[in-house]
Amino acid sequence: MSFDVSSKLSPVVTSIQPSGIRKFFDIVSSMPDAISLGVGEPDFVTPWHIRDAGIYSLEKGKTYYTSNSGIIELRMEICNYTERRFGLSYDPDTEVLVTVGGSEAIDLCIRALVSKGDEVLIPEPSFVCYSPCTSLAGGVPVPIVTKEEEDFKLTPEALRAAITPRTKLLILPYPNNPTGAVLTREDLQKIADVIKETDIMILSDEIYAELTYETKHVSIASIDGMQERTILVNGFSKAYAMTGWRLGYACGHPDIIAAMTKIHQYAIMSTPTTSQFAAVEALRNGDDDVAEMVAEYNYRRKVILEGVRQIGLSCFEPFGAFYVFPNITITGMNSNEFCERLLKEEKVAVVPGNAFGKSGEGFIRCSYAYSIADINRALERIDKFVAKYK
Amino acid sequence: MEEKLLRLLEQDCSYTNEQLATMLGITAEEVKAKIAALVEKGVILKYTALVNWEKTEREFVTAHIELRVTPQRGEGFDRVAERIYQYPEVKSVYLMSGGYDLGVTIEGRTMKEVALFVAEKLAPMEFVVSTKTHFVLKKYKQNGVVFEEPKKDERRVITL
Repeated sequence: MSFDVSSKLSPVVTSIQPSGIRKFFDIVSSMPDAISLGVGEPDFVTPWHIRDAGIYSLEKGKTYYTSNSGIIELRMEICNYTERRFGLSYDPDTEVLVTVGGSEAIDLCIRALVSKGDEVLIPEPSFVCYSPCTSLAGGVPVPIVTKEEEDFKLTPEALRAAITPRTKLLILPYPNNPTGAVLTREDLQKIADVIKETDIMILSDEIYAELTYETKHVSIASIDGMQERTILVNGFSKAYAMTGWRLGYACGHPDIIAAMTKIHQYAIMSTPTTSQFAAVEALRNGDDDVAEMVAEYNYRRKVILEGVRQIGLSCFEPFGAFYVFPNITITGMNSNEFCERLLKEEKVAVVPGNAFGKSGEGFIRCSYAYSIADINRALERIDKFVAKYK
Repeated sequence: MEEKLLRLLEQDCSYTNEQLATMLGITAEEVKAKIAALVEKGVILKYTALVNWEKTEREFVTAHIELRVTPQRGEGFDRVAERIYQYPEVKSVYLMSGGYDLGVTIEGRTMKEVALFVAEKLAPMEFVVSTKTHFVLKKYKQNGVVFEEPKKDERRVITL
């Protein structure tokens, strides 16, 4: 009798599509001489004083488990941060949970809130995890298309149109990966006005909160009446160039944080202790590092935006994250085709927009977490490529 | 704006006026005019390359000399420094606080050449009280740049 392992897999898991660019990723990996603008993490190394704090904690033998929700010093620093940056006060004892990256916080929040058949609204294009996490929780992902001509913002009209009696949760992924879009206080106020007529909760993924240019990020939790129905997710990866430390957090209503902590306690126990001590240092003494990195990203942002427009591609000006999201429809190619041919013909790797949802079709994501020299080299090659086809 | 421009040039003086203009949000003509003014004022002194001579055939040594000197009446240390920096062998001169007065950097082909320069040129000057010569054995970092192989980008080529 043959033993079929694949039939043992849970149907929910089987139904989830692996990332759409797997094949493309394999081609890129086989081309070591390609220039990549495909990376979704900072090119900076974690600032030395933060690394040093991690190392010091190891020297001191701090290699034990911490409390499930994270060391209290870190939770207190997180609360200081949300207070000084967004005017949001949270209780470090009951309203903060330290997680393995922002990703774990997103997963926990969805699992804590969503049950079978609940609908989760997901503005797209956006980061890839919301929809699979929703499906795994038994929920139904409902994409809301955001448009280039509306600066990729979630509009109150589109939001209202997507709401049904089964809607449980709205994901608010701003500043946005891959578009770089941000929402202003006025934008958020309009969204809040729609949400307040319902009993929908908000999961606000603010992992790029520190990486905004010529504008300061506003959290929807700071809009009047929204704090108790918002779960704020943030982390250390992007702001402090700490991706490999895998540390993030969630802040929100004590009942939700308690529910999330329950799942976290069984699935994870606690986050890496070394990372937590480094993160304390980041929040205490890292503001200048962030300002320096933001200034540097801003130069690159201007160079790449100008470059892409010079090439003749229309591109919305992004004020957040570290991506530009040019429209490539004038080449007559779809996103996948554009990316595969650009890679083969000019050896530049960028990410097809449709990896971030169907509405990303016709766009590519170019990261500017690279040196200006690399960006310029890549732009020259993209220019050559587009000139052939436009 | 001026400080931003200077910091960018200090980072990489090979940026074109157009690139600087894009980064600063002004026109290339404005960049050109600002740089010309900064050169005129003596704020920008020179554009140079940072060379790792270790990787070349050139043999030479660098020494840091601690000089204790007697300041000159009416002219303090400035006159002394001026006498010293005239020598082409002298690459830098700083007035220091602490255990000595002038920090002098000297380059020569060999240790002997440098030692002789100190013994024959610097030490005999009437205002020099004492000298201490330290030879540089290896450079690790200069002008904020670490002397090592260019780092490979170890990040995964594509992450979402």
